[in-house]
Amino acid sequence: MTAISDTPKAGFRLSMLIYDTRYRSMTIQIIALIGVLTAFGWIINNTAQNLDDLGMKLGFSFLQEPSSYDINQRLLDYDSRDSHLRASFLGVLNTLVVAVLGCITATIVGVFVGVLRLSNNWIVAKLMAFYVEGFRNVPVLLWIVLSMTIFIETLPQPRDFRGDPPAASMVLNDSVAFTNRGFYIPEPLFSNSLGNVHLFGESSLRFDISLDLMAFLVALIGGILAARFVKRRADHIQETTGVRPVTWWQRLLLIVVPVAIVFYALGLYLGYPALKGFNFQGGIYARNSLIALWLALSLYTAAFIAETVRGGILAISQGQTEAAAALGIRPNRIMSLVVLPQALRVIIPPLISQYLNLTKNSSLAIAVGYMDITGTLGGITLNQTGRALESLMLLMLIYLIISLSISTVMNWYNNSVSLKER
Amino acid sequence: MKKSVFIGALTVAGLAAGMASAGTVDDIKAKGFLQCGVSTGLVGFAAPDANGNWDGFDVSICRAVAAAVLGDPQAVKFTPTTGKTRFTALASGEVDLLARNTTWTFSRDVDLKFTFVGVNYYDGQGFMVPKELGVASAKDLDGATVCIQTGTTTELNLADFFRSNNISYEPVPIETNAEAQQQYLAGACDVYTTDASGLAATRATFEAPDDHTLLPEIISKEPLGPLVRHGDDQWADTVRWTLNALITAEELGVTSANLAEMSKGTNNPEINRLLGTEGDLGAMLGLDKDWAQRALAGGNYGEIFERNIGESTAIGLARGLNGQWTAGGLIYSPPFR
Repeated sequence: MTAISDTPKAGFRLSMLIYDTRYRSMTIQIIALIGVLTAFGWIINNTAQNLDDLGMKLGFSFLQEPSSYDINQRLLDYDSRDSHLRASFLGVLNTLVVAVLGCITATIVGVFVGVLRLSNNWIVAKLMAFYVEGFRNVPVLLWIVLSMTIFIETLPQPRDFRGDPPAASMVLNDSVAFTNRGFYIPEPLFSNSLGNVHLFGESSLRFDISLDLMAFLVALIGGILAARFVKRRADHIQETTGVRPVTWWQRLLLIVVPVAIVFYALGLYLGYPALKGFNFQGGIYARNSLIALWLALSLYTAAFIAETVRGGILAISQGQTEAAAALGIRPNRIMSLVVLPQALRVIIPPLISQYLNLTKNSSLAIAVGYMDITGTLGGITLNQTGRALESLMLLMLIYLIISLSISTVMNWYNNSVSLKER
Repeated sequence: MKKSVFIGALTVAGLAAGMASAGTVDDIKAKGFLQCGVSTGLVGFAAPDANGNWDGFDVSICRAVAAAVLGDPQAVKFTPTTGKTRFTALASGEVDLLARNTTWTFSRDVDLKFTFVGVNYYDGQGFMVPKELGVASAKDLDGATVCIQTGTTTELNLADFFRSNNISYEPVPIETNAEAQQQYLAGACDVYTTDASGLAATRATFEAPDDHTLLPEIISKEPLGPLVRHGDDQWADTVRWTLNALITAEELGVTSANLAEMSKGTNNPEINRLLGTEGDLGAMLGLDKDWAQRALAGGNYGEIFERNIGESTAIGLARGLNGQWTAGGLIYSPPFR
């Protein structure tokens, strides 16, 4: 007995760091941490030392210098006297444009293909399998360059639209022009425009927000909220009385009418592109580099998303479908009401990675001359200033921020659809 | 490419520190070959021929340097570089010498820490358009779509030119000359702009060169020359004086044909000093006496010019500014004394 009460309350001895299992793992982790930090420190120190030997100073003041180059496709005003920072900012916006467009298209195509690949129709299923295997097994760079080459070589030049009779003509009532430089579509213009709000004065990050767009969005969102309210009331009536009132036309009107009123009040009309000089003028101009990049990234990523979706659907046990069928639900509704909502929980986490991949793959834009952030900051700015290290560190930071933002939003969405366990 | 730029930047100095100890000339002798950065393919300046041998005006400079240092004009390893990768390739030590129609500018010389050893071609930026457009002057190009090689000074000159003339344009940035050619010929851009010599070289490769015209405006000064890294003056001197030897030889009438005869000794002391029969200029460079003879075996400056890009070739460039100073041009070498 005495032996037990005698349990040594011995103090801490150094050898326990290695021989005592309570401390050993911690010791190893701390040593590893020190090792890793030392390695990083050595790399950073070595780079700094060597740059110093070459007489190159790290610094970001070059971002304030005039960029001296022009950017073709851009969302905001810019000219060659603006700073490198402004050029980078426009590059970020261009990256975001192609990433957002690409993610939306890839999701739509991917879900569609993923569902169809499970179709009972042999031809449809095989065609979809062919598409998926074809796209995901070839490097995306080749798809980007291929789509660009197809645009350049097959579509007519702007000057082909001239002549009598012209070798090429505009489509859709002379409102849309497909050229080998890009696509021109009509743009919405407003005769009673509310103008723009200028943010950030004259700084490099200045930003114009169109009040017309805001008015449109307010009307649209207001309409959707009102329509949702009507739906909820209909649900309530159905639950209490068992009879669902017909509300689809009310909901449609609630969405369409406010938007139509806003458009009427602002005096909406369309600005059509017209051939003037070397190129079409007016309308919205999407350069073929943007279209090619968007198309290739979307179709490539959609192939992966399709597989994710297929996997998600297959993960839902067959019993669910059979149970739903036993209740007399039609196949389409089984998919939309029973299978897909459950499959989403499986689909969304890998979908986040696909969105991140698409965003990062957009840095291949320079292959077709699309001026994204890699083309501006990581391309021309880097070259003209020779600030490789600074530019690339900034570039990595920007991609990191974009990717983490996408992750955050998608994780939040994932939590909202995941199984609520109580 | 992005990755290589980054890694290149990180390794810049690791290599630079190592190089400080041993001179570039010694390194080259130890390796047994010269690493020369050239363009990815610009006919007349630097392009591989049917047998895969690099040939051209810029290539000849590399060969002359290799001959002077190593005694063998074939002992050159050519690294094709794009407008974007060339400086990283040189700064990181991937190439010893960059002879890639590179414009000598203040910031490249001072800020990027390179030494331009001289000018081998006085160029200027021009415009090429299809004749059917009926454009007579660059000032008629309002609203035109312009193909440019990204990462070059032409990109900046273009922005300045259009801005100062208050006309608009749409730039199409492109990585290499070959891609630019493809887009231009497909009509994806109205105009192709780069150095006038490059335009002439590109046009010479077209199926129907006569359908395209060079506009009269030359919108910039583009002195093109070979360059080396800062920090090894002996190597810079070697390249500089090899280039000067080619130029001086033309001025003094030393050609590849009469080289053997001249090197036996002449009445002109400068020829004798150049060819090593008098004095010991080679030893001052750390080379032997016959260095210039070997460099000149491939022809003097004028011969190289005529053979690669001169009026008898498909490229058909006139000497113009690139004539000897004695013939009204700007090509001028300091004396060999």
